[in-house]
Amino acid sequence: MSNKVRVQTKLNGHDVEFLAEPRQSLLEVLRDTLNLTGAKEGCNNGNCGACNVIMNGVLVNSCLVLAVEADGAEVTTIEGISLAGELHPLQKKFLEHAALQCGICTPGFIVSAKALLDKHPDPTEHEVRMWLSGNLCRCTGYDKIVRAVLDAADSPELEATRA
Amino acid sequence: MQAFDYVRASSVDEVVSLLAQNGDQARVLSGGTDLLVALREGRRQAKLVIDVKGLAETSRIDYAPGKGLTFGAAVPCHRLYDNAEIAAAYPGLMDAATLIGGVQIQGRASMGGNLCNASPAADSIPALIAHSAIAVIAGPSGTREVPVEEFCIAPGRTQLQNGEFLVSLRVPAPAPGFGAAYLRFIPRNEMDIAVVGVGASVTLDESRTTFVAARIALGAVAPTPLYVAEAGASLVGKKVSAEAIEEAAKIAQAAARPITDMRGTAEFRKHLSAVMTRRTLEKAIARAKAA
Repeated sequence: MSNKVRVQTKLNGHDVEFLAEPRQSLLEVLRDTLNLTGAKEGCNNGNCGACNVIMNGVLVNSCLVLAVEADGAEVTTIEGISLAGELHPLQKKFLEHAALQCGICTPGFIVSAKALLDKHPDPTEHEVRMWLSGNLCRCTGYDKIVRAVLDAADSPELEATRA
Repeated sequence: MQAFDYVRASSVDEVVSLLAQNGDQARVLSGGTDLLVALREGRRQAKLVIDVKGLAETSRIDYAPGKGLTFGAAVPCHRLYDNAEIAAAYPGLMDAATLIGGVQIQGRASMGGNLCNASPAADSIPALIAHSAIAVIAGPSGTREVPVEEFCIAPGRTQLQNGEFLVSLRVPAPAPGFGAAYLRFIPRNEMDIAVVGVGASVTLDESRTTFVAARIALGAVAPTPLYVAEAGASLVGKKVSAEAIEEAAKIAQAAARPITDMRGTAEFRKHLSAVMTRRTLEKAIARAKAA
């Protein structure tokens, strides 16, 4: 067994330090060490997007990042998407559009959609569908998810989140 | 996942010496989208994982119009297509960079890693070959350069010797009248592995009516990405025409030696080799004319 390594991150806006074995993925540490269980383990091989987080401004599968690689990085998980106790417009629109059933894929979709809207505030439907192609949902069939994201992009509240 | 040690390397020499000491027990990590899956599934073994993303040489992008492009082997795809100048100058590379996995894979995965993974179906390799890319390799006896078409020697196996690793990729500046494209056939709209992929580039003369040069490479039709020099050569000096394109496509098809697997039969892939070569050439030609 390898020795644990000290890792310092900025996690959802807070300085967070943890110990990780080199073989542990960021996803494992988020869930099992830091108790942030919003990111889900779906496929654990980069296909499903349920574990997506934003690392240094870039959307990544946290199952394909070693926790030790996050040393010095800024990481945003689904737990860091809401704003001072208020749901993020994306979260509100997912509820309004009933864009989920079992909910396992939902954190990943919302984190992906957040990364999309950060980069492309006014995406076309095609752009939304292509951007979310790395997120799999086996319940709802995507349409409500796409509508929720497009509606969130149009929402005046979203503008306020950028202020 | 199996236990291993992790080093964030800080120089090319450090990587070379760690690789030389540890042999095949050491693995180079850049984006990790192939390596971490392989380690988790036990398809690769490692005692030591060497993260090379901290090196200036593997993470830089140098581009100057007329001089060409050098980008580090650990540069993730998104950094290439987010650069408008590079995206415009290297359209074949951009076709590949934008369809390797989804956005979250492109945020980590590098073309260098895609090349070192040496999958016969890798999307970036035919595109790199079409753009005449050169692999820059560091090793115990210094640096050497290998054309990308010679880099892969078998499925999952490369030219890299003990102690060597891929540092960067060097892509020449496109000549006037240059156009390139990469297209793949998949049964879905995205997020799939190529049944057949084709990278092609053409250089047209000043009037944009005659081929001056052309390069064609196919993926997923041989044990390694397949550069078909004679298909490109057949176009040189000819007028741009459906017949010339068809002939090049036939030559590419003849060179293809696909197998049957879960993604398609050998017969279907053989058929696709001609179809996809034609379509890719047409796209490259359209871009050359628009350039």
